Parts: sequence; C-alpha cells; structure tokens
Amino acid sequence: MQIFHPSTNTIAKVSIFGAVFFIAGLLWVANEIQRSSYMTGVGVARPQPVPFSHKHHVSGIGIDCRYCHTSVETSSFAGIPPTETCMSCHSQIWAESPMLEPVRASFRTDQSIQWTRVHDLPQFVYFDHSIHVNKGIGCDTCHGRVDQMPLMWNVKTLQMEWCLECHREPERFVRPREEVFNMNWQPPKDQLALGRELVRKYQIRKLTDCSICHR
Amino acid sequence: MSLIQITRGGMDLAAIRERLAKSQGRRYWRGLEELAETPEFRALVENEFAPGVTDWDKQPSRRRMLHLVGASLGLAGLTACTKQPPEKIVPYVRAPEEVIPGKPLFFATAMTLGGLATGVLVESHMGRPTKIEGNPQHPASLGATDVFAQASVLTLYDPDRSQVVTKGGRISTWVSFVAEVSRVREGLLARKGAGFRILTQTVSSPTLAAQLGDLLREMPEAVWHQYETCNRDEAREGARLAFGEAVQAVYRLEEADVILALDADLLGSAAGAVRYAREFARRRRPYDSGASVNRLYVAEPAPTVTGAAADHRLPLPAGEIEHLARAVAAAVGLNVAQSGTSAPAEWVKAVAADLRKHGGRSLVVAGDQQPPIVHALAHAINDALGNSGRTVVYVDPPEAGPAAQTASLKQLVEDMKGGRVETLLILGANPVYEAPADLEFARHLRRVGLRIHLGLYEDETAAQCHWHVPEAHYLEAWSDARAFEGTVTILQPLIAPLYGGKSVHEMVAAFSGKPDRAGYDIVREHWRQQYRGADFEEFWQRALHDGVVPGTALRAKKVSLRREVLAVPPSPRGEGIEICFRPDPTIWDGRFANNGWLQELPKPLTKLTWDNAALVSPRLAERLGLANEEVVELRCGGASVEAPVWIVPGCADNSVTVHLGYGRTRAGKVAAGAGFDANRIRSAAEPWRRTGLEIRRTGRRRRLAVTQEHHSMEGRNLVRAATLKEFQEDPHFAHHGAHEPAAEMSLYPGFRYEGYSWGMAIDLNACIGCGACVVACQAENNIPVVGRREVARGREMHWIRVDRYFEGGLDDPDIHHQPVPCMHCDQAPCEVVCPTGATTHSAEGLNQMTYNRCVGTRYCSNNCPYKVRRFNFFLYADWATESLKALRNPDVTVRSRGVMEKCTYCVQRINEARMEAEKQGRRIRDGEVVTACQAACPTEAIVFGDLNDPASRVARLKAQPLNYGILTELNTRPRTTYLARVRNPNPELERG
Repeated sequence: MQIFHPSTNTIAKVSIFGAVFFIAGLLWVANEIQRSSYMTGVGVARPQPVPFSHKHHVSGIGIDCRYCHTSVETSSFAGIPPTETCMSCHSQIWAESPMLEPVRASFRTDQSIQWTRVHDLPQFVYFDHSIHVNKGIGCDTCHGRVDQMPLMWNVKTLQMEWCLECHREPERFVRPREEVFNMNWQPPKDQLALGRELVRKYQIRKLTDCSICHR
Repeated sequence: MSLIQITRGGMDLAAIRERLAKSQGRRYWRGLEELAETPEFRALVENEFAPGVTDWDKQPSRRRMLHLVGASLGLAGLTACTKQPPEKIVPYVRAPEEVIPGKPLFFATAMTLGGLATGVLVESHMGRPTKIEGNPQHPASLGATDVFAQASVLTLYDPDRSQVVTKGGRISTWVSFVAEVSRVREGLLARKGAGFRILTQTVSSPTLAAQLGDLLREMPEAVWHQYETCNRDEAREGARLAFGEAVQAVYRLEEADVILALDADLLGSAAGAVRYAREFARRRRPYDSGASVNRLYVAEPAPTVTGAAADHRLPLPAGEIEHLARAVAAAVGLNVAQSGTSAPAEWVKAVAADLRKHGGRSLVVAGDQQPPIVHALAHAINDALGNSGRTVVYVDPPEAGPAAQTASLKQLVEDMKGGRVETLLILGANPVYEAPADLEFARHLRRVGLRIHLGLYEDETAAQCHWHVPEAHYLEAWSDARAFEGTVTILQPLIAPLYGGKSVHEMVAAFSGKPDRAGYDIVREHWRQQYRGADFEEFWQRALHDGVVPGTALRAKKVSLRREVLAVPPSPRGEGIEICFRPDPTIWDGRFANNGWLQELPKPLTKLTWDNAALVSPRLAERLGLANEEVVELRCGGASVEAPVWIVPGCADNSVTVHLGYGRTRAGKVAAGAGFDANRIRSAAEPWRRTGLEIRRTGRRRRLAVTQEHHSMEGRNLVRAATLKEFQEDPHFAHHGAHEPAAEMSLYPGFRYEGYSWGMAIDLNACIGCGACVVACQAENNIPVVGRREVARGREMHWIRVDRYFEGGLDDPDIHHQPVPCMHCDQAPCEVVCPTGATTHSAEGLNQMTYNRCVGTRYCSNNCPYKVRRFNFFLYADWATESLKALRNPDVTVRSRGVMEKCTYCVQRINEARMEAEKQGRRIRDGEVVTACQAACPTEAIVFGDLNDPASRVARLKAQPLNYGILTELNTRPRTTYLARVRNPNPELERG
C-alpha cells in the first residue's frame, strides 16, 4: 500500500530546491534592510531644534567649516559651536526671528541647545577628525556636499565596509591638504596618480588593524 | 597533640615542611595549597575556569535544552535588528577657554594621607576628573603614585557618599546649619570658647592651621585635638627621646648602601613611601654597570612589601624588635642596656658589621608602629655610624601643631566623660570607628551637648552626631598641604562639589563668623599674606600650575643626640602570643573601605581581597591546630573579636598580625560585610601591639576570596633569581635550562613589523609588588569590580595581576613578585582559535581584542598559557549608577556581558601618540607612550616602548642578559619580558 501520493515526490523536490532560494531570499532581505537608509539614515534629513541650514551658511554666506567646528584640526571631535558663536551674528542679524528663539533662549537661560546627532558612530568605534583632516581627507568625502543641505543628512552609510574602502585604498580618496575644506573640489581624472603621490607625500599608511578604531 | 590538620581540602603542614626541605634546587611556590597538592588546587589548575563556572544552577531536561538552543539561535539574529538609538549633542552655551572637546586637560593638585601630601596630576575630560597620575615635580611623587591616589577618583564618584546636610538624621540645609552655628558661636565667644572642642585628623595645611590659630585666639578656652589611627606618635616621641625635640627623619635612600629596616614598611606605608620606593629601586639595577647595588635587611613580624624586597628578611615578633635594635646598637659600639635578642647571633653580627663597614652610607629605620625607644635607638645607631646628615636628615615636623594624637584623644574622652565638652566639631575624622575600643568613645560622646560632624560619608561618627555636613572630596575643594619633607602644594579642585560638600576651611570659617567665605578665597588670602614677593598673581598661577610652592621644603636641622637615651632600660617583653595592628595595605585605616577598586585589589603579600584576617605563621598554626579560613576568637585584655585565620609563610612565630580598617558598620554598600573590626581589641595604651593574646577556636569557617592560586602557570620556571655573585659569574643565568625555540619553528608565517613594534620589559629587581599598576590599569581601562563572591570563583577582571611567589622553606621564605599583563605574543595561541576573528594580530605587534566581534566562546582564554584573559560572565560594569558614568575613560569601551577582554598595552594611548606624531610628521619618540601601569609604578619597574628602535629604553633593557620571557618553550614569543631578579645577600649570611 502506498502511503504517499506520487505527487509528493515532486512536492518534496520542489520544497528542497525552493528552500535554498527561500533561505537565500531571507538573507538577501536581511542584507538589504541592513544597508537600507532605514537603518543607515542615508538621505534622511534629521529634524533639529533649530532648522539650521548649512546650505545657507556655507554656500550662501561663505562661512568656513572651521568657524564653527573649531577643533576639527586638533581633536577627535570636530566641535559643535557654543550658543555664543551663533549669537555673535544673530544678536545683530535676524535678532527677532521667531525661528531663532531657541538660540536666544539658550543664551538667556544658559541651557544648551540639544542637537540631534546625524553622523553617529557606534560607541565601540573611535574616530578622530584631526588625523583625517591632516592627512588630506576632505570634509565632503564623508559628509557629502554639506553646502547644499538645508538640513543635515548622511550621505554615507558609516558602516565598517565603507570605512575600509578608504583605509584599504586611501589613494582613491585623498586630496591635497589645502583642498580639505573646499566643498567644490573635484577629483582630477587621474585621481589614482594624484592619490598615490599624496599617499607618499603625507606618509599615509593603510591602517586596517582592528585597534586603530576599536579599543 | 596531633600535628595533622585539615585545611581547605586537607593538608598537612608537617609533611609540606618535610617535602620542601627535601626538594632540590630553587623552588618557587604560591601557597600552601599548591605545596600540599590538594585536590581543589589540582582542579583549579587544570581547568581554565574554576569548577562551577559553567555549571547550570539546575540541570535542564533534554527537551528544555532543545527549546533553549532553538530559541537562542532564533533570537540571536534578532538582536542585530536593533537600530542605533538617536543621540544628542549638547554643546556649551559659553565655551570655557582651554577646553577642547576630545582633548583631556591635566591639573596639578595633591592627595593627602595621614595629613601629608602626594602631588598628583589629574586628567580631566571636559570637566570630569577621570584618572590620577603622579606629579613629576612633586618630591613625594616624582611622577608615580600609590594605590590610594590611583583609587581616590572612584571615591569622588562614590554614590554612597553623604549628599546632604542632616540634623538629627533628617535632611536639613547648609543655611540652617550656618544659622545654628552663628547662634552657638555667640555663646562660645561669651564663654571664651570654654567647652568647645575641635577634632581633626592630622593637619599639615598651613591655611587650616592659621584658621584654627585665629579661632583659638578668639576662643582661648577651646581646644584643638588631632587624631587618626595611623598617626606617627611613636616616631615623634622617639625623636624627642633621642634629640629632645620632635623632628622628622627624612631618608635619602639613594645614598644608602646598607639599610636596616626595623619593622619599617619604608616602601609601602611609610610617609614618603612612593619616593623612597623610587630611590630604593634606583639602587637595584645590577645590569647597570655604573651603579652599585644596595643591601636591605628587614626584621618584621609579618611580611610587607619592604620585607619582600629585602635581601635578608628576619621574621621577628614586633616586641622583639627593640631587643634586636639594642643588640645591633651594641654591636656598632654603643653602650646601651642589653636584654638579649631572639634574633640569631650571626644575623646581628653580620648586619652590624655591614652597617659599620658602610658607615656614613648606611641607614637604620624604625617603623611607625614601633615604640619610641626603637626610633631613638635607630637615631642613635645612625648617629654612631655617621649617617646623620648623609643618608638621613632631620627636619621640623611637617604637620601643623604636631601633638601626641592618642594622648590628645584620650584627653578629649576624659573631658567628655567629665562633662566638660559642650560643643564638639569633628572635621573629617571618624573616631567612633577608629578610636581604640577601651576609650569607649561612642559612649562618652553622647554626653556632649552639640556634636557636629563633617565627613565624606555618613559614617559611624555621623550617626552619633546632631549635625552632619557632607565634606568636599579633595578633588572638589581648595586647600593646601605639606609633603613628608615639607614642600607645600596648593590643592585645587577639578570639579564643583558633586553633593554640595564643604571643605574643612569653610567649616572653620563658619565657626569664625565668616560662613560665606569660599574655600578659594580663604586659601588664596592666606597665601597672599604669606607672599613677600612683588607679583602675587604670578606666584599663585605658577604654584597652581606646577603643583608645588617653590622653596617650601623644610630645611635640614642640626640635632644632637642625648646620651641619656642609651641608658633607657629595656622594655618588658610581655607574656604569651602578641598581636600586632597594622594599617591595611589597601584600605588603610578604613577610610577607603567603600572603594571597590581597593577592596578588590589583592593585598600585596596575602593576596586576600574584600577581607582582613588574623595572619599567623605556619608554626603557630601547627601548634594551635589552626587551619586557613577557620574563624577564631581573638581575646585580648578583656575584649574579643572573631577573625578568620590565614596562614602566611614568613610570619614571625608567636605573633598574630591583623589589619585595621575592616568591619565598618556604616561605610556604604561596598564595605558592608567585609572583614572584622580590629579596633575592638586595641587599647589606647598599646595601640600597635598587645601581648597575652588568647586564640579560641569556634569551629566555624569563613570563605576568603584569596587570589593567590588563581591564574596559576604551575611554576614553570617563571620567576628567575640569583645572587649578585652568581650573576657576576654567570650573567646569563636566567637562560639556563630554559628552552627558547627558534623563530622559524612555526607552521604560521612570521609577521613583519615595519613601523613600530611595541614591547614591554618588567624589571623584577625593581618591582616591590605594591599593586599601584593594578589600580592604575583599572582606572584607565574602565575595568569593573566584580565583588567578593566572583573573586572567590576566580573571576576577578584585573588586566594586570601581580603574582607573588615564595621561595624556600615555610617559615622564612624569600618572596618574589611578578606582574603579569598580556604578553602580546608574536605567535599568540589565542589568535588562532578565535572563531569570529575578534582577537587578531596588529602590524605593530599588538594582540588586539575587538569587543564588538566577540561572541564569548572563551576559546582564546582556554588557549592562553599565561591566563591573562578575562571574561565578563555577568554585566560587571555598572551601567546604571549615574555618578559612575562620569568616572569612565571616554577613550576606552565599557564592556558588556559575554565579552572577553585583556590588556591592550593601553592602545588608546598608543593611538593618541601616533596621531600626534603623524600630524607633526615624525616618529613617536621613546617615552612618549607611557602605559597606565608604567606611569603609576613607583619603582619604574615597567618600561614600554618601540622594539624597532634599538636606542629605546625597552630595547636596551631587552638586550640585557637578565632579560627572559616566560613559557617561551611554547614558542609563543612573548613581547612582555622580565629582567631576572638579582639579590644582594650578605655572603656571611648566605644560606648553605
């Protein structure tokens, strides 16, 4: 007596074969989610207590990055300007603007403005701005065209594979030191040639040891 | 009486003794359990993780197990789905000058212990003090620190500190306190201060002394008492006996060729110990052809770090030290009354001959716990040998208003008893706990009408007082203090008081009718008045910046010995067993009892944590039938206390040593339940030693968390030592019998280190085993405290441990210390077994640990022959307590449960130095990277640097013939190596 109908064979074969695709599909979905902007925040503008526009301040007025991010060349942390820095202009310009009320309130009450962090590395990663800036990595290499962002968003995933792209082949991204803060700098056609030259000149090493960033 | 006892799984001391006597060659051992080869010890050695570590609390069924495995597998993936929580950036409103976010600042200040200052530099991250380093310009520090200074930053953030002013146990305010004080002050002024008493600890602060002086001028009938347990009454009285005035001896160890320490813990607990340790170690470099090696003789009742560093250590009951001193004095030609010594005659003869031979370059030191006559004899011997003014100089006491403290406290108690004290102001002291029990301080305190207490904690004394005011920690307050040789440091705060604490200066000001004066104004005003120069502001800024006030060191005094001291008749010996009271090596007199770092730091000689014990010699244990961990009742002069026994090889026979500072009842959560209170059997008349001790067995046991058997490498030629003579005849002795395979004997391809190649050399000649490196590492690397129960299971998390080995017989062994951090092997056994690649080799030779990759298989730890890897079995790091968050080093990850960790060679410091160097386009200079352990080490025993640079200090040390690696036969090629220990015994006393 036959327990199973002959078609069961086919079903079994299809299921086994299909399971491979099903599992592969699951992995693919997981992978896509992990890299999606849902997880990485790429291209998602973050609301801030004050709708500060880099676009206006950088490309509109032409303020240098270092006017506000003062410690970017010396410290691991680029620095977020104290309210005082905002008020140095905004006590005169737009001094009555309701949009800037949180800034004035902060200055009055001595309470900090709480900005939402946009470029947020995990706690176990130790990134240092100063060394990257000193070795010829431009601001926009990681932060994108900040001068065209009304509100800030990530342009890069900040995932480890992205870090390693450059740590493995710095010549693809490095630029002359004097161009680091230039938002309009375009890599030349022969970036690799320039890169190799700068890597030699700036003594850039391919630092891929774990303890360079994790400690 | 049978000599066979059962201890910790059964061992027989007589048999151990016999076996040791028979053993051939040098043998190093860690503890009695190892010698007895008890089954527990074997099990401990054979399992990387102590038994019970991986056991289930309840054995699950097969079905349940499958559930759990399936569920964990399924859920494991889900944890990766966590989205990073959004984070805020909170900038300043008005940025302070000098602060660059991400860059620490260092400020000079000083920590006081026993009233005397040790200069420190405090690392501050955006206003949060996180780490203490020594101040190289300060004479008591020279850049190093002791364990107390290292751990003091934890006390600052201790959540158990008192946080509010209380009146009668209820919450009150500073304002109401000040109101009450001004009311009281009026009454006091009317009575010229009659009935008003102030009790402080030892004071060396010039400002406080001036303030109290002013107050006492206003209220001439008031009295200022000083008391703390570990005072220097005996030394001061000894100087008075010898010279007619209470001078303080300052030693110049670098000048001394031969040193005799009479129960003096010169390198551990003495005032100026950090400096003395440095000076001592400078003369212990046999590989340095320019320097001659000194020789240290120590006679002491129980081993201390000084005794362990000695070339000849004589276990001698504390009561016999005087008689030894008399014998030595006679042998160097002084006509002193003799009383016969139990020390071997040849020992006395050889020591005296050695001292005489090096007249003017020798030194005799008496310990702070020895009676005045021993100090006087030591002064007399130094005088006779021509050492005065050369290896020892005398200065005025650095303390303000130096007084016999025990007598002072006794007087206070008498007056309280007689109802003559109406108002008692206690500044920082904790007499209810500290005072010898026979004074019955707490009982008499109740007769005082108004009792006011200023303290860091709501301690035993606070509980008996009407008012309690939280004290500002030294990192929160302005003050000043003198070092052991007089140099003044102005203490500056690193942070505003966390809990609104007040400093002693502000309290005294409140009683002087100036309650609004800030500590800053008080201290600054005092110095403005003192300063005679032109530009005060410049003087002030420079003094704050440097951490020392120039020209304040006390000048050496000319003293002359009173001949009468030689005629003082010998003290009676006392009957029966003696008991010695000593400050605890890690929690001192109890003030650090609530400091987890210090509680968990293994005591240098016993390796005991979280407890004190009655330390007895193997012979006494045999005679009385005592076993380790057995609880006995110690009865002395009508009082008694129960204490667990710990047998310590090298203790003097007929002598029991107990450490003070434990058994606190109101110290906080950390201290709760730790140890017994030895003060209960102390007396004011005999604060350091009593005789006629009765030991009664209770039949109970108390499990002690002792780390001496943990992480055992089974004695495989780990410590290597020889005498100076042997070394001179055969400089390569450390390599004999050691197997060091050639580099090519490996299946793995070798690494090439083109940039830097980091390495460490640890000089066993210098290491005194104090433990400063362990606490420094804990502070620098955010290492959690695990608690007594976890330590007992072998789970302490210290990245560097100090192994202590005994060599020789049970009764009088030589003692060695060996700090063991990660070896950073070139062919690391841990790296090849990690399934997730969480531990890898760096291009600079570091053996890296990447926490975010670690899944906690513990394979690496299993495969590490040095047992230096530590696993977070639970969430040991305190993630919940708010105040502790501010303590953490922001440059090091705080690890979570299930993660392996280990020494990183302070990679955060390497990275910082590398980035700074690269920004300037140069290589890292030698000495630019200093690991936390190296920075703290008082004796410069730890040297770190680049092995690719042949001129670096570490490379030069590693080129010495004394340099050896441990377990090199495994072909691990460790980067941490040791310089073998060379002792300098007197040929006349050398063991046969």
